[in-house]
Amino acid sequence: MTEALDLTGRDSDAGSEEVVLTPAELIERLEQEENLRRAKKGDLKVSIHRMEMERIRYVLSSYLRCRLMKIEKFFPHILAKEKTLHEGELSSLSPEELVFAKQYMANTETYLKNVALKHMPPNLQTVDLLRSVPKPDLDSYVFLRVKERQENILVEPETDEQRDYVIDLEEGSQHLIRYKTIAPLVASGAVQLI
Amino acid sequence: MVYENKKQKEDGLRQVLEEMKALYEQNQSDVNEVKSGGRSDLIPTIKFRHCSLLRNRRCAVAYLYDRLLRIRALRWEYGSVLPNALRFHMSAEEMEWFNHYKKSLATYMRSLGGDEGLDITQDMKPPKSLYIEVRCLKDYGEFEVDDGTSVLLKKNSQHFLPRWKCEQLVRQGVLEHVLS
Repeated sequence: MTEALDLTGRDSDAGSEEVVLTPAELIERLEQEENLRRAKKGDLKVSIHRMEMERIRYVLSSYLRCRLMKIEKFFPHILAKEKTLHEGELSSLSPEELVFAKQYMANTETYLKNVALKHMPPNLQTVDLLRSVPKPDLDSYVFLRVKERQENILVEPETDEQRDYVIDLEEGSQHLIRYKTIAPLVASGAVQLI
Repeated sequence: MVYENKKQKEDGLRQVLEEMKALYEQNQSDVNEVKSGGRSDLIPTIKFRHCSLLRNRRCAVAYLYDRLLRIRALRWEYGSVLPNALRFHMSAEEMEWFNHYKKSLATYMRSLGGDEGLDITQDMKPPKSLYIEVRCLKDYGEFEVDDGTSVLLKKNSQHFLPRWKCEQLVRQGVLEHVLS
């Protein structure tokens, strides 16, 4: 499982800005399949539709589970980012996910306060969750496939001995690269994480 | 660690909190000495105690949070009703956290597309086949399959049933998936 929250792909890394319709579309297909099933009872098609439905249900559930896991894992950072969205920037979370994230944070904070923190010395009763909870590692490496040709992507050095260099990404090529370098390209859809 | 004796956890935590209180009070008094008595030689000790306090807090919070993560995992593994054996090992506050969590999760799932929502705690594995062979582990009684036909789920009986209908019962331990 990769680090940050993305709306476009399942196992991908971005804190992507777009709210994608994929979950809604899939649910719609699920419902369509359900209707077809009722219409053609007894037909072989029923089995095939049923299989398709199960597959859709699995993919959808798995995707949504992955999102929730990421939300729970990085909740202080995600909520902080939501708070500081600039004008015109879209949220990475659906409204319901945002509610879930806030509730998770409130629930956990209340618990820690009541069980431990309020029994501690006065100057130690607040824990900064932003600092205690690890944040997504945007330097981790990801696999990607290039959909639109990109030129002159600046790759920053990892160690002091290295220097910046520039690469071109050919359409259709696949790469293993640090997420941070290509983050905006994921958001724009120019590359696809695999 | 959730399985660890609840009493041990409570004792351990209480000891840490008491130690923190003692360290803090020592620091309070030393700080006064520094301010009024000019005892600046006490400053390193004060700093050291403060580090200890921060460490104690970090360890306590890490431990408690880790327990919460395991309790969270229980919701996904066992469902919304926990077996008594597990509940015994949870504190009242942990139970409360669990109840809030599952309520929050339920609200979210209900909001997913359409009227009924989508239970994403099901379908944990990719579906391999439409029908599966199951053995009944306990007497369950009549179980309706599609087309209105029903099967009698008696202990040790085996059936070839649609996977999606059985999943719930498999997780509850009524049916067992037979892998041949």
